[in-house]
Amino acid sequence: MLSSPTVRTSLIFVAVALFSLLFADIAITASNPWRDLGNFFLGVITPNFFSSEGLMTALLRTVAFAFVGVALGSVCGFLLSLVYRFLPVRIFCAFIRAIHELFWALIFLQFFGFHPLTGVLAIAIPYSGIFAKVYSEILDEVDPEPGRLLPPRTGVIAAFLYTRIPDCWVQLRTYTAYRLECGLRSSAILGFVGLPTLGFYLESSFSQGLYSDAGAMLILFYVLIATMPLWVRPRLLPVYVLGAPFFLGEGLPIVWGNVERFFTEDIVPSPLRDGEGLGGLVPWLSELMVNEALPGIWNTVILTQIALVATGILTLLAFPLISNHFGGPVRRTSGHVFLVIARSTPEYILAYILLQLWGPSMLPAVVALALHNGGIIGHLIGRQTNTIRLRPDAPTGFNRYSWELVPRVYRSFLAFLFYRWEIIMRETAILGILGIYTLGFYVDSAIQNIRFDRAMILILITALLNIGIDTLGRYIRRKLALQTMPTC
Amino acid sequence: MALNLIRKLMISSLFCFTAASASAETFVFTAIPDEDETKLVERFKGVADYLSSELDVEVRYIPVKSYAAAVSAFRNNQVQLAWFGGLSGVQARRLVPGSEAIAQGVEDQAFETYFIANTSTGIKPADELSSLEDELRGKTFTFGSKGSTSGRLMPEFYIRDVFGAQPEDFFSRVGFSGNHTRTLRLVEAGTYEVGALNFQVWEKELADGNIDTDAVQVIWTTPAYPDYQWTIRGDVNERFGDGFKQRVTEALLNLDDQKLLESFPRSDFIPASNDDYEPIRKTAEEIGILD
Repeated sequence: MLSSPTVRTSLIFVAVALFSLLFADIAITASNPWRDLGNFFLGVITPNFFSSEGLMTALLRTVAFAFVGVALGSVCGFLLSLVYRFLPVRIFCAFIRAIHELFWALIFLQFFGFHPLTGVLAIAIPYSGIFAKVYSEILDEVDPEPGRLLPPRTGVIAAFLYTRIPDCWVQLRTYTAYRLECGLRSSAILGFVGLPTLGFYLESSFSQGLYSDAGAMLILFYVLIATMPLWVRPRLLPVYVLGAPFFLGEGLPIVWGNVERFFTEDIVPSPLRDGEGLGGLVPWLSELMVNEALPGIWNTVILTQIALVATGILTLLAFPLISNHFGGPVRRTSGHVFLVIARSTPEYILAYILLQLWGPSMLPAVVALALHNGGIIGHLIGRQTNTIRLRPDAPTGFNRYSWELVPRVYRSFLAFLFYRWEIIMRETAILGILGIYTLGFYVDSAIQNIRFDRAMILILITALLNIGIDTLGRYIRRKLALQTMPTC
Repeated sequence: MALNLIRKLMISSLFCFTAASASAETFVFTAIPDEDETKLVERFKGVADYLSSELDVEVRYIPVKSYAAAVSAFRNNQVQLAWFGGLSGVQARRLVPGSEAIAQGVEDQAFETYFIANTSTGIKPADELSSLEDELRGKTFTFGSKGSTSGRLMPEFYIRDVFGAQPEDFFSRVGFSGNHTRTLRLVEAGTYEVGALNFQVWEKELADGNIDTDAVQVIWTTPAYPDYQWTIRGDVNERFGDGFKQRVTEALLNLDDQKLLESFPRSDFIPASNDDYEPIRKTAEEIGILD
């Protein structure tokens, strides 16, 4: 078994995670975490839907920001995907998607302030980068044969529209719909930094211990996501996209002078701004690296590795919940509900809730990342096992699980896991805003002290780290010959 | 075809933004989110109504999620007036030349920070912070917001000054709860053993019967320092007419609605000036929060 490269790779990652655990800050510091957790669940089963008149507006804004952001992102992403073969475009896209929506929002907040554009761009920019990559992967998979059969001098655009798009239209549509669901999650968490979406109210009620109010918001959010197939209809899409911009709220007017000031003054490193020249830049940078960037990188990497392995373990435990090979319909239904809740709740919100209940440490972050990502991959793997046909006399129970199913799905399991490695890291960095000492913590501190020059350098470092992990993940996937279609 | 349609929709939606950004002159103000949001919204909606009737312009309060967001909104001229803490006020006035501190609460001339501890730690109240050194070392500790004067700046200053160490090195775990009410709840629940908060928040919660005094108690009080104030931008007269700044100042100083004042809680508002906050600026520079 050890000779198998996939097993060896897995064991290396488990070893790295165990090593990381030695340095990780894992603790429950709340004196009575279970009572708080109990109160929270009590709140969820006694939801109060009439807590705030703003709740319905917030839900509407959440949907509106998601629609406008994702629509803009998919159009830009599609255009970028057409030129994706050029290296500069690929680097550009990798860069913009390596920066999390919340970081983008924090940047735009500094000069657009509370204008709807802040929220729209915070979603549209990283999504453009993701769409560009995935759309181009989908387009590359298209059978080139129909294109070759065209008469000479067929226009490029006509050829593209008639020979390539029809072949992959379904994938494009499925993926865009999936991203819309992600967009709803992104839109909801933008409220945590002050935009008028669901997160705004969720944070307020939670931090005040109003669990029934918070429970109502979460339930509404799940209903919104679970009913998407009912209300997101191809025919209605133009109506939504056209209507959404009118429901973003007014916000506050943009003062354009702020934009110029941000780029020409605020983000210029302070030694340069104060005229100390390059001589002052070196000590400034090294101080920033030693005191903030390096500790931030270390904690981000440690937490990512632990969360990655925890996600893997949770996935392997969770996929039988929805697999046809085990249990009856009742168990599978509750399995589905569990996985839907796990994957519909943004990691950020899960981490926020757990941090409130258990107190600050890396533990809430690990559990949140594992639940959300494990929910997504578990769902995909579970569905995949349903396509497997076992012999009628195949073993049952644990033997069926460990000797029949796991070996059959292990490669795609690893592929999904490595695919999400980069996503987990991006989230890990952002969870710093909640007070875990990852890169996001230092970015947030710099912004709180109105030092945007420091914040920008730290965001840049976060992006580079992310691109590095993305590259490594792709290298490992190629080395192990793992293939996934972009589904998550 | 479909793509074309989507593109057109996107372009038209961009126009909608530009249209939405031109709105009538509304006087907008904000406040640092130092307490539970419900309380803040209730309090400042009252202030907005009061100012609106006194000034004959539309006045709007916008809630924000962080101290820095309040400072940025003020700096970006999206709000023209703000209820700042000592530190956020100093930051804002440095960033907006011409802006002025115009009013403060009577209590803000001599503000205090309370260090509080969960009773399970067995720490007894003391007059001198130095006498608590052994008991406090290695405990878990929470500040309020990163940008708070009473919840971060002053407690950090005294921790460094008295113990000669960075808070991260002196305590086993240092957190930022986000606001004063949170600090109180976290220490009360034992999530953190020790914390530092705005003395007014403590006194008000105590008077309202919201503190379990068997679980948490005050162990030390800092010396007095200047804190909260109303700060206004220097260019409001150009936008809202001559003498507007003076009228806002007078309206705030004449505010005598007892219920509204109690919600702050302040007994009265009195004149303030930028120089009143020099001690805060020096302290912030000393511990490296301000350059």
